[in-house]
Amino acid sequence: MNFFEPFQFEFFRNGLAVSVLAGAICGLVGVFVVLRHLSYIGHGLSHSIFGGAAASAVLSVNFYIGAGLWGLLSALMIGRVARRGRIGSDAAIGVITTGSFALGLALSNMFGQAKRSIEAVLFGSVLGVSAIDVVAVAVVGIGAVAVIVTQYRPLLFATFDPEVADVSGVRVPRMEALLMMMLAATVLFTMQVVGVLLISALLVTPAVIARMLTNSFARMLFISPLIGSMCGLFGMVLSYHLDISPGATIILVASVLFVAVYAVTGRRGRSAVVGLVH
Amino acid sequence: MIDHVTPALSLVEFDGVSHSYGGPLVLDHVHLSVGEGSFLGIIGPSGSGKTTMLRLLLGKLQPSAGTVRRLPNMRMAYVPQIETVDWNFPITVAEVVLMASKGSWRRPRATAAERRSVSAVLEQLGLGGLEQRHIRDLSGGQQQRVFLARALHRQPQLLVLDEPTSGVDVRTRHEMVHLLSDLHQGGMSIVLTTHDINGLAAHLPLIACVNRRVVAVGTPRSVLTPEVLETTYGAPMEVLEHGGLLIVADSPAVTR
Repeated sequence: MNFFEPFQFEFFRNGLAVSVLAGAICGLVGVFVVLRHLSYIGHGLSHSIFGGAAASAVLSVNFYIGAGLWGLLSALMIGRVARRGRIGSDAAIGVITTGSFALGLALSNMFGQAKRSIEAVLFGSVLGVSAIDVVAVAVVGIGAVAVIVTQYRPLLFATFDPEVADVSGVRVPRMEALLMMMLAATVLFTMQVVGVLLISALLVTPAVIARMLTNSFARMLFISPLIGSMCGLFGMVLSYHLDISPGATIILVASVLFVAVYAVTGRRGRSAVVGLVH
Repeated sequence: MIDHVTPALSLVEFDGVSHSYGGPLVLDHVHLSVGEGSFLGIIGPSGSGKTTMLRLLLGKLQPSAGTVRRLPNMRMAYVPQIETVDWNFPITVAEVVLMASKGSWRRPRATAAERRSVSAVLEQLGLGGLEQRHIRDLSGGQQQRVFLARALHRQPQLLVLDEPTSGVDVRTRHEMVHLLSDLHQGGMSIVLTTHDINGLAAHLPLIACVNRRVVAVGTPRSVLTPEVLETTYGAPMEVLEHGGLLIVADSPAVTR
């Protein structure tokens, strides 16, 4: 078996680039998702975007515009409903995103011609990505890094202690909206790698592994994207050699790594992730 | 109202403030002045409106009626109850203090001046050398002081604390009382809420007894009386004196 054999194919190189970038971006944004105890949001938001994707396919609107606006709207609605405090964020995610997912299903049932693109959204189509897709994901990654670098402390403060952050002059609702926008863009542009059904694992698993390895927020922001990109790299190569779907292989690599780190870090690692994933 | 202290310069003034969360009034026509150099403890039973007063003072709530006036451009810092902190959050002592930094505070990396300032405030609170420790790996007293350090790093004119001795042991409570007294003697204005009458409130120069309205404001000796405490808590209480210290106890008639 030649490890480098698949690299001769352009479709594989594009898919690999997108997978590595997607793993890094999801790892980066996932740090905030996990530490805010919003692990379910990646799952919910990807389902919500599926509704937008189905509607875009039916209405012949560009996927990124239709699904992007739909996802952004859902993310902002979740943030707004959860902030009002009458219902918890988990319930808000459940209601809003499953409603959107159901709408997507209804639309695809009514207009069956969109079936193929909807399947690509559900299960990912990383081997079909073009060079433009690679650039688009890279732009999202640069945007996410720029937001985190320029808003580092307000984002950290609003994540760790929103009540005191608010009193200290941090515009907490603005930080939450920024984070939701970043999350919606991340899910939208990276779900072509693993699909709607597995994207939440790519958001959560690298961040949880990073949490087991460090007690520093700053270091977690480096370790988590590194783990995400490694999962993308090895998942893609293994997928080629084992002839398993790339999305599933990437998530399996992340899961195996999680089990290994969980076992190696012992009680310290386990206590670090208590309560992170609901 | 038994006593009312009107300081020379008001940092915060409650003028006929009432507040409700859509139901009955939580605060009813409250007048209170927090002057420069004050060290005020707000006491009262659960649900008496202490936390609402704190939130109005901090500007997190707008009153339903009346006005809360704050000194323009006043720097305030807030120390929440440590029971609300997520101790599993991956954050070191230095990161906690730095997040409230006033300078070029959006940057990920601290400047040399910020690092010096963090070290100085940690040193002042007896936390020197613990910069890289995770917050969970500290003792209860150290954890409380880290959040006080974060507040002090903002160099506030008014320090606001919510139940600073809640959930801490006796030694930590002593440390906190001494620390706050030292800060007050250094010129800082402090407002806090507490349930701890004997361990904290009785040691403060000024106490406000609150139950929906301000029942009394004054020195411990003037407001810690059976009459005021019964009006505030709705139950008879006894006040004893031991070694010059006032001790508030439940009335035997109630506890029997």
